Amino acid sequence: MSDRKFHPETLAIHAGQIPDAATGARALPIYQTSSFVFDSAEHAASLFNLQTFGNVYSRLSNPTVAVLEERVAALEGGRAGVASASGMAAETMALMTILQAGDHVVAAGALYGGSVTMLAVSLQKFGIDTSFVDATQPEAFAAAMRPNTRAVFAESLGNPSMVVLDIAAVAAVAHAHGVPLIVDNTVPSPMLCNPLAMGADVVVHSATKYLGGHGTTLGGLVVEGGKFPWDNGKFPGMTEPSKGYHGVKFYETFGDFGFTMRCRMESLRVFGAALSPMSAWQILQGVETLPLRMTKHCDNALGVAQFLQNDPRVAWVNYPGLPDHPQHDLLMRQMRGASGLLAFGVKGGLSQGVKFIESAQFMSHLVNIGDTRTLISHPASTTHRQLDDAQQLAAGVPPDMVRISVGLENVDDILWDIDQALAAAQ
Amino acid sequence: MNNDVHALRHILKSYRTIAVVGLSAEWHRPSFFAAKYMQSHGYKIVPVNPRYAGHMILGEVCYASLLDIAHPIDMVDVFRRTEDVLPIAEQAVQIGARCLWQQLGVNNFQADALVREANMHSVTHRCVKIEHARLFGGLNWVGVNTGIISARRPA
Repeated sequence: MSDRKFHPETLAIHAGQIPDAATGARALPIYQTSSFVFDSAEHAASLFNLQTFGNVYSRLSNPTVAVLEERVAALEGGRAGVASASGMAAETMALMTILQAGDHVVAAGALYGGSVTMLAVSLQKFGIDTSFVDATQPEAFAAAMRPNTRAVFAESLGNPSMVVLDIAAVAAVAHAHGVPLIVDNTVPSPMLCNPLAMGADVVVHSATKYLGGHGTTLGGLVVEGGKFPWDNGKFPGMTEPSKGYHGVKFYETFGDFGFTMRCRMESLRVFGAALSPMSAWQILQGVETLPLRMTKHCDNALGVAQFLQNDPRVAWVNYPGLPDHPQHDLLMRQMRGASGLLAFGVKGGLSQGVKFIESAQFMSHLVNIGDTRTLISHPASTTHRQLDDAQQLAAGVPPDMVRISVGLENVDDILWDIDQALAAAQ
Repeated sequence: MNNDVHALRHILKSYRTIAVVGLSAEWHRPSFFAAKYMQSHGYKIVPVNPRYAGHMILGEVCYASLLDIAHPIDMVDVFRRTEDVLPIAEQAVQIGARCLWQQLGVNNFQADALVREANMHSVTHRCVKIEHARLFGGLNWVGVNTGIISARRPA
């Protein structure tokens, strides 16, 4: 009897969680505990040596958090996952697990502003250089590779640039140089796009966005595909005895989830950005309805994009779900929808855009995406404010850009609010 | 091979005495990790490695060969290179073992065919520790995608 391959809708509800061994509880128990008892000194030693699986301390692993880790790994078609306190923490852990001083990263220019700052400023402080390239040009990634390049980093769907990454082509560039492609898959969520199936090696998420979906709870995930050959000579930290974890050889010992174990034991355990069990539980309540929500987010966003495209008060619209978007065909090849995120400019420029944002009745002016509520913001003055003008343009953020994360309200009501705010901005 | 959940569950529930071919005495080696784990979960481990023959590993006498073991063996767990597995499979058939288990990275198709011909179970390219923890609990605690979808408690 071969094992059934379950669909994403089923995985979103079941993956990672069977009834509780101790109590039979069907819904997920919240193991709100810092620590776990050892059966004996020998048991403690085995746990610390990673010779037996078990829980020690909730900064390393926690049974409630582990359900979220496994569920997102399953939705991504990955081998294993590790959760973190935020999306930025997940990105930090994914990169810090394999990078060290003297290494180089090739990254898409069109990234979330916090990611640009992390690479261009924070990792630079530790001797890790990053080259930013045009994310629409796979050959630009190839041209930026150096002998000391150890990772390629990009977003599957750029926030807020809406740039679509040619995942298979960029993965091929990375693999030709023997390095992994790490993809931030936050904007499409695992329901719309699975980068691992197209050749990416590691996926990171801000679970704060569509995964949780309710705008209440911060969280992040790192998911490993399990196919990257970490023993290709470029990653001695994966194959040599770990200095950070008493001599364990992570790739040899844990094979296709060796990266995840190293991320857990050397990055999560040491840097400490663990997700709380309560937060994991809250995010999981959202994940159960992710398939239903993403369909509705896409439908509503397409309705908004079409409305804006036909409105004379609007200068431009950027939504790859529109058939005339230059990357529409690539999007349709790689994704099952264009998500609820889009960007546009109000005619007249920045001052009209600001007026639009300030005139909204129920669309919320804040810097989050992926909420049930429709959210609007002005990236150049908020999420991308730390970037200079050139960096903003490279990140796909013109000064007049308004970002909308289209929520789950009735689409006619959303269009009504947009219409009246546009009128007020004239 | 019998790498599906149903067969693996049967194998790990039924076969409790495991000869570990290529078991290392060094604590940080994967074979030692796996054997120590299985021992702590109630399995009898029988070390097989000419390098340590006559010595003790994990409190058990180590044999040079499967053919030297005087008592019945349920399962032969192989930590050797793929190209070295066939003679071990032949010995496993000879001693009446019920299952040949080739570890992660070990994938000898001839050995697989040979033992199935002998009506034995055969598992290839899997870690016995990881599969046990996947099916009976533990692996889920480190975020691994176990593939287990069920409305029953772990058992």
